[in-house]
Amino acid sequence: MWNIIIDNIWDPLFSYDFMRRALVSLFILSLSAPVAGVFLSLRKLSLSGDALSHAILPGAATGYLLKGLSVTAMTIGGILAGTLVIFMSALFSRLSRNTEDSSLAVFYLVSLALGVLIISLSGSGVDLMSFLFGSVFTISGDTVIFLGINAVITLLIMAVILRPLIIDSVDPLYLASVSRCGPWVHFAFMFAVVMNLVAGFEAIGTLMAVGMMVIPGISARFWSFRLGTIILLSIVIATLSSLSGLLLSFHLNIPGGPSVILILGGVYLLSFLFGFRNGLLFKIFSPKHYES
Amino acid sequence: MKIVFSDITLGYYRHPVVHHLNLEIGEGTATAIVGPNGGGKSTLLKGIMGFIRPLSGSIILEDLSLREIGYLPQSSAVDKTFPLTAAELIATGLWKTSGWFRRIGAADRARIQDAIRKVRLSGMENEPLKALSGGQIQRALFARLILQDARVIILDEPFNAIDFKTINDLWELIEDWKKEGRTVIAVLHNYQMVREHFDDAIMISRELIARGKPDEVLTEENVTRAFGMEIFPHHNAGICRRSPEKHDHHHTEHQNVEHHH
Repeated sequence: MWNIIIDNIWDPLFSYDFMRRALVSLFILSLSAPVAGVFLSLRKLSLSGDALSHAILPGAATGYLLKGLSVTAMTIGGILAGTLVIFMSALFSRLSRNTEDSSLAVFYLVSLALGVLIISLSGSGVDLMSFLFGSVFTISGDTVIFLGINAVITLLIMAVILRPLIIDSVDPLYLASVSRCGPWVHFAFMFAVVMNLVAGFEAIGTLMAVGMMVIPGISARFWSFRLGTIILLSIVIATLSSLSGLLLSFHLNIPGGPSVILILGGVYLLSFLFGFRNGLLFKIFSPKHYES
Repeated sequence: MKIVFSDITLGYYRHPVVHHLNLEIGEGTATAIVGPNGGGKSTLLKGIMGFIRPLSGSIILEDLSLREIGYLPQSSAVDKTFPLTAAELIATGLWKTSGWFRRIGAADRARIQDAIRKVRLSGMENEPLKALSGGQIQRALFARLILQDARVIILDEPFNAIDFKTINDLWELIEDWKKEGRTVIAVLHNYQMVREHFDDAIMISRELIARGKPDEVLTEENVTRAFGMEIFPHHNAGICRRSPEKHDHHHTEHQNVEHHH
């Protein structure tokens, strides 16, 4: 019994440098990304998050063009590009009275086009695939440090804006009637989202980053009606999925990022079926109703 | 304290919804705003709250800050799917005193429980929002208003789709607020309620139709006039050239000048 655990779980995780580093990176990411992600899905912005993840591409690509494979340059570029896109889409939607998601659609698509253009112009054989899908097993020490900084900043931002963010999510008109902070709170929140998208993009790739943010929170909502519980549970789900995703990736010899997201997909399916709150089986097999 | 509307025109996309209005609402009064849908009642309230910028004229809050106004919008935008309990939603009414960080202490919790009792939601306070009915949400929002402890309370059609039992319970609260000297401004469509509960009424339909005691305002003549008004924007209307000083009741400038942009 012990041998099986040691051979299949302990050894792969701790005997290899790249596995240890990948594990630490994803654990750190699991502390911050799902916290922002819970609110992203509660504010019905899950797919806007996905759009935003494409918007950071030109920034990261420009960083690469200027400084090569420098984590700092790509990170700063990505954050700048993402922040610019959320700022511009908020500004244009306010000025034009269009909904924010329509202006976001325009800005993220333009941004994505620029990103692809920059990558192809560079002609230096930058691997578009590694941009899009990341490579969790080749994470550098610098990236791990950035992930740590990102986690601290994200949790700080979320702690500061928590109250107004909750009010803005549940009843935005009320917040507007008692405070003018609504737009700024939204902006700070979206900045935290951009930070985590950049962090996620470096760890598991642009296309997978949003999954790490929103799937844990969406799954957790099948288990509780309490916001605090949902947030904690989403961190636990992200952490355990990272662990099992990496093991899956090791044993089947498949890429790490997609493995983690596939595991998260499995957790979602289990939550959908067995969750205490609105899980499918719970609905089907509780036919008797209470007296009052 | 006074809310002064000075030649105010409010609207959207440069089309006035309500125009050239001159009014004053004083401290401790209970004012009902009546008139047809689209006549500018909600727009006027949004103007007070600063949600929309006047097209011309001004709204002056004398000796009153926006923080001292409790506002309940027409169809509240509460997202019932958000994982909060009724008590947590109600507690957001403490924003003015607890703000971003201050702990909700024992005294606050007592106030929350008191508000829950007053709106008769006891027993429901720990239910998630999605378990609450429309009437229960409205009760919760009134409890939130209690916690806001506002000097001016603005209610925009607070009894839409609410049953008579809930309405009666909520009227008791409004009557309490009036006794406490708070200023109450409410948009209502039920003229019986206006006559029973208000000493002041304002009828608007794009412009001021009448102002005064409910019995003087809610006359057949005024109602006919208010509901006979054209309330749709004219897309080929000319630019309004009415000067602020003139308060005549000709407003041909808005409606009849044919001028294609």
